[in-house]
Amino acid sequence: MNIKSNLASLTIGLAAIGSAGMGLASSMSITVGMQLEPPNLDPTGGAAAAIDEVVYANIFEGLTRFTADGSIRSALAHSWDISDDGTVYTFHLQSSVSFHDGTAFDADDVKFSLDRARGEDSTNAQKALFQGIADIEVVDPHTVKIMLSGPDGNFLTKMAWGDAVIVAPESIDSIKTNPVGTGPFVFSEWVQGDRVEIERNPNYWGDPVHLDSATFKFISDPTAAFSAVMAGDVDAFPNFPSTETLSQFEADPRFAVIVGSTEGETILSTNNKSGILSDVRMRKAIAHAINRQDIIDGAMFGYGTPIGTHFAPHNPDYLDLTGKSEHDPDLSRQLLEEVGYDGSALRLMLPPPAYARRGGEIIADQLRSVGVASEISNLEWSQWLEQVFRNKDYDLTIVSHTEPNDINIYARPEYYFQYDNPEFQALMGTYGVTTDAGDRRALAHELQTMIAEDYVNGFLFQLAKTGVANAKIRNLWPNSPTQANDLTEVSWAD
Amino acid sequence: MKLSPSLVVGAALSAFYLIAALVSFAWTPYPVEELNIADKLRPPSATYWLGTDHFGRDVFSMLMVGARTSIGVAVMAVGIGMGIGVPLGLAAAANRNSLFDEFIMRGNDLVFAFPSLVIAILITAVFGPSAINAILAIGIFNIPVFARVTRGAALSLWTLDYIFSARVAGKRAFLISVEHILPNIANLLVVQGTIQFSLGILMEAGLSYVGLGTQPPTPSWGRMLAEAQTMIYLAPRLALLPGLAILTMVLGLNLLGDGLRDHFDPQIRRAR
Amino acid sequence: MFRYLALRFASLCLSLLVASIVIFAIVEIIPGDPASYMLGLNAAPDTVAALKEELGLTGSALSRYVDWTTGMLVGDFGTSYTYRVPVSELVVARLFISLPLAIYALILSTAIAFPVGLIAAARRGTATDFGIMGATQLGIALPNFWFAMLLVVVFAVGLRWFSAGGFPGWDEGIAAGLKSLTLPAIALALPQASILARVMRSALLETLSMDYVRTARAKGLSRRQAVVGHALRNALIPVLTIIGLQFSFLLAGAIIIENVFFLPGLGRLIFQGITQRDLVVVESVVMLLVFAVVTVNFLVDIAYAAVDPRLRIRS
Repeated sequence: MNIKSNLASLTIGLAAIGSAGMGLASSMSITVGMQLEPPNLDPTGGAAAAIDEVVYANIFEGLTRFTADGSIRSALAHSWDISDDGTVYTFHLQSSVSFHDGTAFDADDVKFSLDRARGEDSTNAQKALFQGIADIEVVDPHTVKIMLSGPDGNFLTKMAWGDAVIVAPESIDSIKTNPVGTGPFVFSEWVQGDRVEIERNPNYWGDPVHLDSATFKFISDPTAAFSAVMAGDVDAFPNFPSTETLSQFEADPRFAVIVGSTEGETILSTNNKSGILSDVRMRKAIAHAINRQDIIDGAMFGYGTPIGTHFAPHNPDYLDLTGKSEHDPDLSRQLLEEVGYDGSALRLMLPPPAYARRGGEIIADQLRSVGVASEISNLEWSQWLEQVFRNKDYDLTIVSHTEPNDINIYARPEYYFQYDNPEFQALMGTYGVTTDAGDRRALAHELQTMIAEDYVNGFLFQLAKTGVANAKIRNLWPNSPTQANDLTEVSWAD
Repeated sequence: MKLSPSLVVGAALSAFYLIAALVSFAWTPYPVEELNIADKLRPPSATYWLGTDHFGRDVFSMLMVGARTSIGVAVMAVGIGMGIGVPLGLAAAANRNSLFDEFIMRGNDLVFAFPSLVIAILITAVFGPSAINAILAIGIFNIPVFARVTRGAALSLWTLDYIFSARVAGKRAFLISVEHILPNIANLLVVQGTIQFSLGILMEAGLSYVGLGTQPPTPSWGRMLAEAQTMIYLAPRLALLPGLAILTMVLGLNLLGDGLRDHFDPQIRRAR
Repeated sequence: MFRYLALRFASLCLSLLVASIVIFAIVEIIPGDPASYMLGLNAAPDTVAALKEELGLTGSALSRYVDWTTGMLVGDFGTSYTYRVPVSELVVARLFISLPLAIYALILSTAIAFPVGLIAAARRGTATDFGIMGATQLGIALPNFWFAMLLVVVFAVGLRWFSAGGFPGWDEGIAAGLKSLTLPAIALALPQASILARVMRSALLETLSMDYVRTARAKGLSRRQAVVGHALRNALIPVLTIIGLQFSFLLAGAIIIENVFFLPGLGRLIFQGITQRDLVVVESVVMLLVFAVVTVNFLVDIAYAAVDPRLRIRS
């Protein structure tokens, strides 16, 4: 802790003595570093992970919520009943909950929030989460009934997303700059371009949090992030942007390095409709030209788990298919011969993160060694979204797909890698409505195998969550089941 | 005439990098495009004279090719500035106080009023980052510099008697500009060119540093610096060497420019 | 005089008009839009369309240009797409960092350059002069982002005298604010000081060689007295011109330095605006900067003209 924040907590501590007789806690606030600043603070109106990383579980809560290990537990709904056919969910809500502006939370707010998210002019980035909802009925102020158009084994998980948090009609107009939720922290200040500050909610309905206040500080430059942690300006950096510096934090007893898993499958996305890449043999040739371990070592300094399909290795239904695309340059050259590759350069478009920029240079080199030419363009996100994601004007790109359980994107033929396989789409349809765990597992295996054998994309590695924190901080999330910096349990050790 | 120390030192430093850049076309100790992850972050040794970077590439080779990149971008940017700016300046001087002159001068002011780095960033946002766009972005801001210098110098020449008499004799302004004015301001342009050249090197480094210049795998000093930044405690030389290269090359060019100016202009030389 | 003023003013307005068209046109053809950026990879196309509608991104380019320019005329710079607050509010907030930083850097650079330039001029041709000139050459050649990086390594991470970056806000006290601006100000000031010192030195030498200074020296003034008493005042004009130029550079040119020290200044506002396609912010801020420079140039011209009537005819 630096002197500045000590002084700040001292004044907070002094103020608290008068009312609660609290002692002089030395460090009751925390400064959390984040690489990206949220564009606004409305988790229901934007996709930026940074929004959830500030507000999820801290300011806003949903009916259910993710816990640190990825399981789902109750939040604003303390319990629920599911009808036998799996289409009606009756949620029993916590009573005596109020929003930060003092207005009461009740079933009407739930109906309002969900209707707003699924409405015609909704700007919710994950509108698909609400697609299955047919109707919402307010039974009484503390009970709400949600009718689905069909059974959905994932509905409780969907309601735990940051995009499904409960907001209030009274404060919705200013939610983007002044978020008002029900969570244990109250929004206090946003200095655009620098930081967001939140404070403990004295009227919180649940277990009170340990921290008095927290500051999210935005430091986009990886070097600046390193310096800020080293200099003690930032207490924790849960998604630390440069893995190459972690060894130095490990060697320093002041810091703890927290390595966990994320939901980010990092893939060499391939435009399945672009020229020679529409030939599965060409894609297979590329897959066998790739040496995953070199990419993980060279781009991520060893952090990351090789994957052979689009599924998270920590998921119990994961199937290890890396064997289908082992590094085999000879096989690769043979396939290239077969397919009649003419040596024309593939356009490799790289978004800003280090995994893409560095991984891209390594892949370009690996491709070159089997005789495939590529031309690198480093793009910023906006350009990438426009050119690669929307206009599909690319051959190869590298991106980490961080949404949990998102193998369903392979069932969308219009999605940017343009994989159009009716068989897969049909299978995905069945998977979506299957609720039996055993059946789901078998289907999941089948889905994973199908895309691996079609060599839709180059499957590289599961992104690791690499965080750095002051060694005295307790209970930061090691993993990223969803994008969040849940501070509700975080505390300082004495 | 005795050569000034700044001319000697400047010419030596500039020549050093120029030669390194030229040699890099034919030979570098290691190919700069080949990665060798197993050999990453090796310290300097007999095998790798300046060690290797985070991809196991030979830093010495990369610095050589980086010199080529820097010089190439700066040369072309100066070329754009001179190629457009000098004719504009000559034309403005030949037609002084005309509407055209006013137009050129106000246009110049306007370009100067734009924050150059911001415009460079905008240009790359439109056309995507590449060496070509970096050259364009730097070159555009060289145009008014050369236009202004040319116009200023040409104006004073136009007042000279022999040019005035050529004019009276009915010689066309275009021919006078090319035959009499241009040769007389050539020295000045060389000096200004050297200065813009060194500014171009700095600007290219800055653009590459923020990721908007030359794209990988072509090495560039600015990008080497940016990529090595996070490793500054791990392998400080990776961030120090490209910075030193930029520093010494720009220093060399500035000294050369100063030296040349003094050399060409004994009057100023005496005043110092 | 009136005719000159009117002409000059007309040309000012024309410049601003051209600038606004150029800026709008560049920004207009930048690929990518803020709505897609905000909604990310899983958004459905109709969601993006809904957000575009909400942001007012539909409508023809011409009508948006007219809205933008007429808005600016009455002081309305639009509303940031991403932050959803008025651009003017953002600009003012950022100026509270950029302006002090620019002034701080300028004071530092002047404080270094004046004595250094003075000493070099007073001791022309000596080893001191030679050493100073060499040092300023190094300073000019120094890439400021590299220098900034070295400053952080030594003073923030190594010695821990300063924080590595960021800005606590002025409500934490002036001292805390200034402290956090110190390293960035040094990084910005050193190359500028080198330039300024050289200008200072040569301006002094030039005035020293002028007749009236020679006369003063002939009357028995020492070289030092001549420098301080006569040359300094006259050397100030070119020096002040350079300082003025440097100020406008420092205000917007600190983008990279602001990134290194993660300072939420004006430069980073533009940079962020470009990445997030918050184009209203980009347009308006660039326009404001151009406006500032063009207007200052205009005022300087007028001032010169008022002082020296010959200039009216010449320019």
